[in-house]
Amino acid sequence: MEEEPRIGVFVCKCGVNIGGVVNVPEVTKYAKTLPNVAYAEDNIYTCSEAGLSSLKEAIKERKLNRVVVASCTPRTHEPLFRSACKEAGLNVYLFDMANIRDQCSWVHMHEHEKATQKAKGLVRMAVARAALLQPQEEPELEIKDSALVIGGGIAGMTAALTLANQGFKVHLVEKEAEMGGNLRRLHKLYPTMQDTTEILEPTIRAVAIHKNIEVMTSTTVSDVKGYVGNFKVTTAKNGEKSEIEVGTIIVACGAVSYTPPKGLYQYGVYPKIATQLEMDELLRIGKIEPPERVVMIQCVGARKGEIRALDLAGFPKSDTARLLAKILKAKKEEGWPYCSKICCMNAIKNAILIKERFPKTDVIILYGDLRVYKEYEDFYSEAREHQVKFVKHLEEVPPEITQRPEGKLTVTAYDALSGLEMRLPCDWVVLSTPLIPHKDEIILARMLKIPISADGFLMEAHLKLRPVDTQVDGVFLAGAASGPKDVPESIVSAKAAAGRAAILMANKKMKTEALTSIVDEDRCIGCGLCEEVCAYGAHYLEGGKSHTIAAVCRGCGVCAAECPRRSITMQHFTDDQVLAQVRAALMEEA
Amino acid sequence: MEEAKEKFEPVILAFCCNWCSYAGADLAGTSRFEYPTNVKIIRLMCSGRIDPTFILSAFRWGADGVLITGCHPGDCHYVQGNYMMERRFGFLKEALGHLGIEPERLKLEWISAGEGEKFAALIRDTTARIQRLGPSPLKAT
Repeated sequence: MEEEPRIGVFVCKCGVNIGGVVNVPEVTKYAKTLPNVAYAEDNIYTCSEAGLSSLKEAIKERKLNRVVVASCTPRTHEPLFRSACKEAGLNVYLFDMANIRDQCSWVHMHEHEKATQKAKGLVRMAVARAALLQPQEEPELEIKDSALVIGGGIAGMTAALTLANQGFKVHLVEKEAEMGGNLRRLHKLYPTMQDTTEILEPTIRAVAIHKNIEVMTSTTVSDVKGYVGNFKVTTAKNGEKSEIEVGTIIVACGAVSYTPPKGLYQYGVYPKIATQLEMDELLRIGKIEPPERVVMIQCVGARKGEIRALDLAGFPKSDTARLLAKILKAKKEEGWPYCSKICCMNAIKNAILIKERFPKTDVIILYGDLRVYKEYEDFYSEAREHQVKFVKHLEEVPPEITQRPEGKLTVTAYDALSGLEMRLPCDWVVLSTPLIPHKDEIILARMLKIPISADGFLMEAHLKLRPVDTQVDGVFLAGAASGPKDVPESIVSAKAAAGRAAILMANKKMKTEALTSIVDEDRCIGCGLCEEVCAYGAHYLEGGKSHTIAAVCRGCGVCAAECPRRSITMQHFTDDQVLAQVRAALMEEA
Repeated sequence: MEEAKEKFEPVILAFCCNWCSYAGADLAGTSRFEYPTNVKIIRLMCSGRIDPTFILSAFRWGADGVLITGCHPGDCHYVQGNYMMERRFGFLKEALGHLGIEPERLKLEWISAGEGEKFAALIRDTTARIQRLGPSPLKAT
C-alpha cells in the first residue's frame, strides 16, 4: 500500500544570493499551504553542515517521505542533497529541486516582488512533481572478466597485453594472417629513427606467448549481441563461426594510408610517383637509384573539405586568369577534410632517410601549413640541418606534374610568398597522404552501435572528457580507430582503453541507470516505433510486444514521447510528473 | 486598450534538456544576465522526451507561450533526441494553427551549455513577442 506523500520543503537563502532578492520567509510560508507539504523551513545555506543536519533531522522526526530543496541548480547540488536523503533513509529518487537562484534571483536581481512570485511558482512546480515521485533502484549487472580486442596492430596488441598482465582473459581478433597492422609496412619510426621491428617483434612475441591472450588471426568479428558485461561475439575464420562471451570490447581496427586515385598528381600514371608509405618501403628494400632531386607534396587528399578563399591582390596580373581556372579545378578535387597530423613528420622522416643515404640528393617539401608539434619541432630543425628544403606553396593551386620523354619529372607549383611559378625538375615525387578510416569501421560501428564522426572515424563519447569511451557502455576505442595517431599516441590510447575496461572487469559488477523506460505490455501493439527511434538499441520486439533492455537504456525518454499508444513510461520523468509540473506552473497564486 | 496591453504579463513555459539548454540557463544565472520573470523552466533529461501532449496541455491550461530548447544538432547527449523533437515540432506548429493558436507562440531553439547570453536573449525576445501577441486565444474563451 502506498503511503500518502509527506513533503518537506527547504528554502535556501544562499546567504544574500537568494535571500537578497527573493523574500524567502514568504516563499516558505507559501510552501506550507501547498498540497501534501507536511513541513517547510528556510535555511541560510541548506548545503552547509547545519542545513544538511536540519534536513536529515526533519526527514526522521517529521516522517517526511519526499523532499524538495529550493536553492540552486540540480546540476551541481543534487548529488549532495541526494546523499543527505540517503543518510536519512530516504530513497534518493524521492527528492526534487526548485532552482530559485541560477534561474530566479540571479537573473531578476532588480525585481524583488516578481522574483518572489516566480520562486513560489517554481516551488509549487517542484512540490507537484515530488508528490508523484517513486523510489527507484539502480540495478546491478555482472561483468564477465574477459575482453575482446578487435585488431592486432600496435594499439590492439598493447591493449591486450595491458589487460592480460592484470589477469584478465583476452581474445585478440586479427583479420590478417599475422599481427602487426600498419607497422608491418613501415621501415623506420620518427623521430627516433628506430627500426619498426625493434618495437613490433617483441610485442608480437609477448602477445603470442601470453597465457591470458588467445590470438585469433585470419579471423573477423561477424556479430555482436548483448550489452556491457555480457557481450556475445560471433567470430568467423574461413567461413567457420564460433562464439565467445566477453565483458568488455576494445576496438583497435586502426586506419589505412590513403591511396590517391589514378591520375591525382599523376599517381599511377608515371612510375616514379609514390606515396610516403611506398617510399618508406622502397627505402627499406633499397631498390632506388641515387636521385638528383626528390619533391614531396604535403596534404594530398587531406584538408580539402574547405579550401580557403584566395586573395588574389598580391599576384602577378598575367597569371590571374590561369590561377582562377586552377582554383576552380582544385575545388572539384575530392579529399578528406581533416589534418591527419602524422604526415608532416612522416615526410620529414623520409626526407632525412633519403639525405642520409644520398647526401647529394636535393629534397624539397612543398607544404601549405607545416604542423610539427611538441618535440617534433626539433625533428624539423634536424631536417633543416640536413639541407632539406621546405617551401610553402599555394595550396589552392595544386602542383602540376609532367614527365619528359627520358623519364624525368617536372613539378610546377606556385611559391606562396612571391606568388611566382616554380618549375622543379626531379626524379621522384612523393605524395604525403592522410590516414583514413578503415572500411571495416562502418561494419563494426553498425554492429556495436557506435556513431561515426563527420571524418568517418569511430566516435568517442566525449572528445575531451571521455576520449577512449564510446557511447556504448563496455566498448572502448584504442589507436587510430578514432582518428589518425602515431605510435606513441596509439599506445597511450590503448593503455587508456585497457584501463577503462579493467575498471569494469575488476569491479565485477556495475550499477546501471535507474532512469529507464518500461513498457506496459497490455497497451503495447508491437508497432516497433520505439525500436526504430532508440539510439541505443534498448528496445526489441518479441512476441508482438516491445521490451526494454534496462542495461542498455540511457533514459532519454524519446521512446515514451514517440509511443503512439502511450504504453511506455519513462521512469522519474513520467507523463504524470511532467504534466503536474506544467499544471502547477500555470496555476495562479492563491 | 493600449494601456491594458502594455501591462499584460504573459505566462511562458520553457522545456530545457538537462545537458545543454538547462545548463545554458544556469550560465545566464551565474553570469547575472537579466531577463523578464515571465518564464518558468521544466527540466527534462532530453528534448526528445517532450511529448506533444506536454505542449498542448500547456496551452490548454493557460500558457501564452511555450519554448522548447535542446542541444545543438550533433551535440545531443543522447545522440539524436533533439532531431526527434525537431521532427515533432513541425507537426506541433501546424496543429496549433488548426486549433486557432498562433504558431508563433511556440518556439524551438538550440542552446548549448555555453550560451548563457543566448538563453537570456531568447527569454527577452520571446517575452516581448508574446506580449505583442497578447493573451492566448484559449484564455479569452
